[in-house]
Amino acid sequence: MVLADAAVLAQQAPTGASSGEAVVFWVLGPLAVLGALGMVFARSAVHSALWLALTMLSIGVLYLAQNAQFLGFTQIIVYTGAVMMLFLFVLMMVGRDASDSVVEVLRGQRLAAGLLGIGFAGLMAAGLGRALVNVRPAPPLDPWSPQGGGAGGLGRLIFTDYLFPFELTSVLLITAAIGAMVLSYNGRGQPERRTQREQVRERLLGRRVSPLPGPGVFATSDSVATPALLPDGSVAPESMAEILDSTPAADLDEDRARVVGDPEPPTRALVGRRIPIQGLGVEPGAVPHQPGRNGGSDHGGPDSGGSENDGSESGGVRNGGPQNGGVRNGGAHTSNGGRGNGSAAPSPSEEVKR
Amino acid sequence: MTPTHYLLLSALLFSIGAVGVLVRRNAIVVFMCVELMLNAVNLTLVTFARVQGSVQGQVMAFFVMVVAAAEVVVGLAVIMSIFRTRRSTSVDDANLLKH
Repeated sequence: MVLADAAVLAQQAPTGASSGEAVVFWVLGPLAVLGALGMVFARSAVHSALWLALTMLSIGVLYLAQNAQFLGFTQIIVYTGAVMMLFLFVLMMVGRDASDSVVEVLRGQRLAAGLLGIGFAGLMAAGLGRALVNVRPAPPLDPWSPQGGGAGGLGRLIFTDYLFPFELTSVLLITAAIGAMVLSYNGRGQPERRTQREQVRERLLGRRVSPLPGPGVFATSDSVATPALLPDGSVAPESMAEILDSTPAADLDEDRARVVGDPEPPTRALVGRRIPIQGLGVEPGAVPHQPGRNGGSDHGGPDSGGSENDGSESGGVRNGGPQNGGVRNGGAHTSNGGRGNGSAAPSPSEEVKR
Repeated sequence: MTPTHYLLLSALLFSIGAVGVLVRRNAIVVFMCVELMLNAVNLTLVTFARVQGSVQGQVMAFFVMVVAAAEVVVGLAVIMSIFRTRRSTSVDDANLLKH
């Protein structure tokens, strides 16, 4: 049937188009109609999408047959490539098995719709058939003409006469992309907001009720390596990073020397009690300090390590008593040692000025 | 083989798409029918561009394609958000304004 039509129309070829185009039309035109009918009547939505892909592919080839090469390939790439796959994606996400309901909400609506469609098609066909008799296509555009033909002419028009609408389409596309993101955002991806009650409950059931002491609290330095001190002057073990706490200070000497260039440790630093400090510039003959005075290092009390009798209790003021960190450090206090052999130990008056 | 054939084919496809919009209940299928109608109009534009011997009609078809692409993206996002709230893509179920 189709071939017969094609043969009949091939004889009309001199009047309008080539016989090759007639073959293309009479093969792809019925395919397009078949795909459209299949789309409407397929029960599964996925089948509908595949039928529509067939229709769009056929229409794309018909564009090619009508000297609209650019549009033909755009049709294939954009519609059958992108749009239909987007449809399929959404179908897979949104109830693929949700079959169409057969319940007629409005009585006789389908019959009326069918009649309306047939009537519309009849009207269009009759009107077109009577109005457009003997229409001849214009000779195809010369691609090398100044106006350009095919894709070249299309591009020239888009970028000259239709430049502003073309730029508006970019606005449209950006708006559509943002709109799609906003509409399809489902609010997930953020953690649930915890209520105050849940937070308090978790904290009270946990290991520690009070907040953890931060490094450097009540200490002379805000370095991470400086532990916090408890009110009695002892080192709060929670405030020390474990890696720092468990590393012997001697192991760090090399790094420190490379960074600072001076083996002398920071004179005001406190060191956690679990670190036996050796070799941090303590002179072998350094006088061991009185336990009650060692806390002066925290305060940087006047010459706390240099001489034994002028420190008094100045360090203890901040450490909250004589039972300060020096006691728990088990003597050999680093900073004191470092200060002890420093030749430029400041005099009390200088220190006060600082 | 005259341009009239293309126009008749286009009218037929448009009618089928219109009937599909009217009879189908699945919102996605309705959307596909709208796409088919747009394609039918594009075919008309391309055919008339050929009849006129200019590419103005192709420019129109090109813009229709761009707008259709944007429309598909937003429309499918709307359908997805409707599905998320009502667990259905049937156009009969989205009747909140009726009650």
